[in-house]
Order: sequence, then C-alpha cells, then structure tokens
Amino acid sequence: MSVDAQSQSVLAPGPWSKRFAAAVVILYAGLAVLPLLWIFLTGFKTPPDSIAYPPKFVFEPSLEGYVNLFTTRSRQSDDYLAGLPPPTNWVDRLVRSRNMVIAGPSKFGQRFVNSVIIGFGSTALAVVLGTLAAYGFSRFRVPLADDLLFFILSTRMMPPIAVAIPIYLMYRSLGLTDSHLGMILLYTAVNVSLAVWLLKGFIDEIPREYEEAAMIDGYTRFQAFWRVVLPQAATGIAATAIFCLIFAWNEYAFAVLLTSGEAQTTPPFIPFIIGEGGQDWPAVAAGTTLFLVPIVVFTVLLRRHLLRGITFGAVRK
Amino acid sequence: MFRPAGGAIVAEIRIENLCKEFGGFVAVRGSTLTIEDRCFFVLLGPSGCGKTTTLRMIAGLELPTSGRILLDGEDVTRRRAAERDIAFVFQLYALYPHMSVRENLGFPLRCQGMARAARRRRVEETAALLRIDHLLDRSVTGLSGGDRQRVALGRAIVRRPKAFLMDEPLGALDTEFRHLMCSELRNLHDRIGATSVYVTHDQLEAMSLADRIAVMNHGVVEQVGPPQEVYDRPATMYVADFLGSPPMNFLAFDGSVHRGDRQVRVNGAVVEVPEIHEDRAAGPLALGVRPEHVSLSDVSAVRGRVLGTDYLGTTQIVTVTTAHGSVKARVPAALPVAVDEVVGLEFRTPHLALFDAASGRALPSALYYRETTDG
Ligand SMILES: Nc1ncnc2c1ncn2[C@@H]1O[C@H](COP(=O)(O)OP(=O)(O)OP(=O)(O)O)[C@@H](O)[C@H]1O
Ligand SMILES: [Mg+2]
Repeated sequence: MSVDAQSQSVLAPGPWSKRFAAAVVILYAGLAVLPLLWIFLTGFKTPPDSIAYPPKFVFEPSLEGYVNLFTTRSRQSDDYLAGLPPPTNWVDRLVRSRNMVIAGPSKFGQRFVNSVIIGFGSTALAVVLGTLAAYGFSRFRVPLADDLLFFILSTRMMPPIAVAIPIYLMYRSLGLTDSHLGMILLYTAVNVSLAVWLLKGFIDEIPREYEEAAMIDGYTRFQAFWRVVLPQAATGIAATAIFCLIFAWNEYAFAVLLTSGEAQTTPPFIPFIIGEGGQDWPAVAAGTTLFLVPIVVFTVLLRRHLLRGITFGAVRK
Repeated sequence: MFRPAGGAIVAEIRIENLCKEFGGFVAVRGSTLTIEDRCFFVLLGPSGCGKTTTLRMIAGLELPTSGRILLDGEDVTRRRAAERDIAFVFQLYALYPHMSVRENLGFPLRCQGMARAARRRRVEETAALLRIDHLLDRSVTGLSGGDRQRVALGRAIVRRPKAFLMDEPLGALDTEFRHLMCSELRNLHDRIGATSVYVTHDQLEAMSLADRIAVMNHGVVEQVGPPQEVYDRPATMYVADFLGSPPMNFLAFDGSVHRGDRQVRVNGAVVEVPEIHEDRAAGPLALGVRPEHVSLSDVSAVRGRVLGTDYLGTTQIVTVTTAHGSVKARVPAALPVAVDEVVGLEFRTPHLALFDAASGRALPSALYYRETTDG
C-alpha cells in the first residue's frame, strides 16, 4: 500500500473522515431544520389540512393562516353575507368563503412591535452596560473584582423563574408590570451578567498597549476606548448581542407572568391564537414563522462576526 | 531635520528618587537620573529589574509611589501621559490592527486636530524617512516584523515629540535584522536629534546604540555613564559581571588596603593594581579583571591548570582553575594551549579593579580617576 505523501499530510483529515464529518453535520442539520420546516409548511395549510391524519405533505397552499393571524373575524349568516357588496380583495374573498367577515386587526402586529422594542432595547442596554463594566473590570483595579464578578454571574446560577414571585410583587408595587420599561429592565438585568463575562474575555484579549499608545498620543481614556478598544471588540460585541437578543426574544415565563396587554411580547401571544373550536394551528404556525424572521436576519447580518467571535482566541495570534 | 538646528526645544528628562511599588513588591527603588537633551540613553538590565516600569513612569502610564519626574525642569510627575509630549514605542509595537499603515501613522496627528492635507504630507514625509512609503495603504496585519517595527517608530516620530521612549523595540526581531535596525535607529536618532530613552536587556545593543547607559539591577540604578566607561570602570561587581562576554573574573580574597597602595596580596600572590585611593580595614575583597586583560605567562605568581578552551575565531577563551577560583582569559587563537597544562596568569595592572566583596562596590583607585582608558 502506498500513501501519496503530497496530498495526505499528517494533520489534514483523510477523505473518509471528511465524508463522515459531513454526514454527521447534514444529519444534525436535518434534525434541527425539520420542525422549523413543518411549522413553515403548516403556516400555509388550511385548518383542516393542518390537523389531518395521516399528516399531509402535499397540500394546496393557502394564506388563511396568515390572514387569520392578522385579523379578527366574526361568523355571519348566509343572508347577511349575501346582502353585502361583493368582496373587494382576496382577503375578503377568502374570509367570506368561510362564512365570516373581518371584524378588525388582531393584536399580533402590536405584540410583534412589543417584542422588537423589548428584545432590541434590552439587548442594546445589556451590551452597552456590559461593555462598560467589562472594560472597567479588565483595565482598572476594582476592589473585590473577583467577588463582584462571581456575584454578577450568580444571578445566572438558578433559573430566572425561581425568583418570579418576588419580582412579580416588586414590579407590582413599582408599577412596572405590563410595561415596556419593566420588561426591558428585567431582560437587561438577566443578560448583563452574561454580557459582562463574555465581553471581559474579549477585552482582556486586547492588549492594553493599544490604549496606552493612544493616550500617549494625546487621546483621553474615553477617546482611546472609543477609537481603539471598541473597533477591536466589535466581534465580541456582536457575538454577545446575538446571545442577549436570542434570550430576550424567546423569553416566555416572565412574559406570561408580567405582561398581559400593553407590553405583551409575541411568545405568550402565539399559543393562544384561538380559532373556532380550538387552536388555529395555521395561524400559530404563521406567527411562529414571522417571529423567527428578525432573529434570523440579525444573526445572518452578524454571522461573520459571530463565527470569528466564537473562535476569537484561536485566530487572533 | 525635524528640529531647527540649535533650536530652543530642550528635552532634558530628570528623575529624582523615583520609587514604584506593586502591592508591597518594590519594582523601582530610588532611581535618580538625568537624561540630557538629545542624548541616546539606554536603560540596561536583566529581566524584571524595573526597566519597563521606569520607562512607563516617565511616559505617564504609571504613577510613581514616590519621587519626581522633571521634563525640562518642569515637574510632570502627576501629569497625564497625553500632556507630556512624549512618544512611546512598545515592545509588541501596538499597531492598531483595524487601521492601515497610513491610518496608524496619522492617528497621533488626528488627535492634534491637524488638517487633512497637512496630515497627509507629514505621514508621507515620515514614511519616506523610514522607507515604508510603499506600504502606506497596506494593512498592518500582513507586515513583516521589521516593517511593523518601522511603522511603530513612524507613529512615534510623526508627531515630533520632545522625547522618544522605546521598550525593547527590537526584542521581537531575529538577530540579523536586529543589527540592521540597530544602526537604522541610531541614524534616525542622529537625524531627528530628539532625546531617546531605550530599554533593553541586550548589552551589545546597549553598547552600540548608547551615548549613555544606566545599568539597573533589582530596581536600583547601579551605574550611569558612557558605554566604554561603564565597561572599563564598573562601579559595582554587578555591573562588571553583567557587561562583557565572558564577564569579568573575580578573585576573592581577605585583606586590608591603604591609601596609596599599588599592590595587593591575593591569597599570598602579589598583584600590582592601580593606586588605591582609600583605606579599608580587613575584610572580604575581590580583584576584578576582564578576560582580555589576562595573559598566559610562565613567570607569574598566580598559577592554575587549564580546564578547557573555547575557540572564537581570532581569539580563544581559556578557562583556568586556580587556587582563587576559575579565571577566564581571552588570548590569541593561535596561542597553543593544552588542556591540563599548568600555566601562569598575568593581569594587566592599569585595568584591574578592586571591589568590597560584601557590598559589591568598587574601591576608589587610579582606575576611576584617569583621563583616558587606553594603555
Ligand atoms: N502592574 C504590575 N503589577 C505587579 N507587579 C508588576 C507590575 N508591573 C511590573 N511588575 C513587577 O515589577 C518588576 C519589574 O518589572 P518591569 O516590567 O519593569 O521589568 P523589566 O526590567 O522591564 O523586565 P523585562 O526585561 O522582563 O521586560 C517585575 O518583577 C514585575 O513582575
Ligand atoms: Mg520590560
């Protein structure tokens, strides 16, 4: 047996191990994507198709789920429907074919906006606070720094819901329940510990000499931080922002507990989209699909940073 | 070329009783130094002796625990780094990876609010001086060690500061390139004429660059002077031992010396020394002699057995074990020397130094009060 010394180095993986790795990755990706794909497809089914047994893989696509997601409707008698002027657009036509008329918009749009405000707001706040705190811990002699960092992390040592009751009572007496500010503060508080720890690692990796050089050249510490440290921490900041956003975006337990109307986010709203005679599964699936869009877009936009961020230590030197 | 000839800008750096402690550990203890205007001053010492700490205090990156720093006679001890008009070249260059060479060079100027066109001109001038003009639009991450070094120097000189502080700037380069950069650096200094303080632990680098050297040990400045003086007339045993390769030989003995003595008895053997200027009661002493001032002679009273030889091209180092310890001699390579041969050692009197072995300090003698060092 002869080995081609040119093409097969000791460190490079052989063709079989590459194929094996590819197979594992594809299998895993398939498993991860399958539920998402099913949700995506269900969003385009009619309610009967969505609960058909055996499950339907081939079906006639319908936008009923999306229409139902964004509207509230009321059932009317045939006489009443017959007396109406003809439908002016496809939405009306679709709704009337189910013997209903549109009563008004649903709350989905507003819940979605709440999610955007609370998710991105708390992410921005957590990243800003986290960056400043991490810089402080990394560069200055903070008394009891190690203990403080431990305490900061200890907020994540139990499931946040363990403190739900105290927080609920506290929020009620502060008048923060069901308010955007309350939810932003809550998610920021949970995320800031993660942000400090992640960002401290990234900032520790940036040599102090960079700022020192800038300060000798006449910049203030803040200018040095702004012009030298931040650009180099961009990768870490992006990675941290994604993790924070994913948490705040998907958070369910506190959202159920603390919000009901005004500031309710999308996660507690979606499961309770009720149709006639039970859950309106196509509308639920449509809502879930739309709910995924912002986070996918955000992650794709920052993906380059995220990948580099996760392997930060390995590629820097 | 950067400063008007005989111009009014003076950049004399003076440190007085400078001390720095890091939580009980004393990194610098009571240094006092004057670095004259336009001087190329080298801080030399082993790793951990406090060179970087001293330099950082001068730059304003570290606050001294006690002591003063004066720039042109003005106390700047508590002043921010940005207000001292000093440039610093870091050991690892500290070039900003997110900027091109041009942006790196222009960065110190941006802060001063210099207009774009003037900035551009100054950057290009500086790049030409350092012969990196062809790299201006490259990213610094792809540069070779030498080019990075030049960019780092460029970023320091572009602002035309009063003084340059350099912390082992050649430490990361390979030997061959170091020699080249060493002479480039000296040329640059001669052209710009700004006061430079250069930190290194490499004695050859120090010798070839410096107008004056300060040798540091454990946070203490042991001696300050021109390279040759520090080498020829070491003030302490530490300095004598640190400089030279191989270092100075020490022959330990007990005895007393008197003002005017011209010879000492080293464990019975009489050795002629430069005239001694001080009385010293009996105690441990050491006779210091550099290997190049030892010759092999049949008639000498100090005798020993040859342990081995190291051939160095034009010279060889002969190691001889004597009753006073091992002595190294630098002799012509052509001289036939056999291992185990018994030889006599002759020391060249004008170059001999005597040390108080307890304190390590040199005893004052004619060696230290002579005008010239040849002979
Ligand atoms: N920020 C600090 N905190 C604690 N100790 C320090 C600090 N900076 C320096 N030291 C200590 O002070 C001593 C002197 O350090 P310094 O960096 O000045 O040495 P150096 O002469 O530059 O050595 P090297 O040649 O290794 O760079 C060292 O023992 C070092 O461990
Ligand atoms: Mg150092």
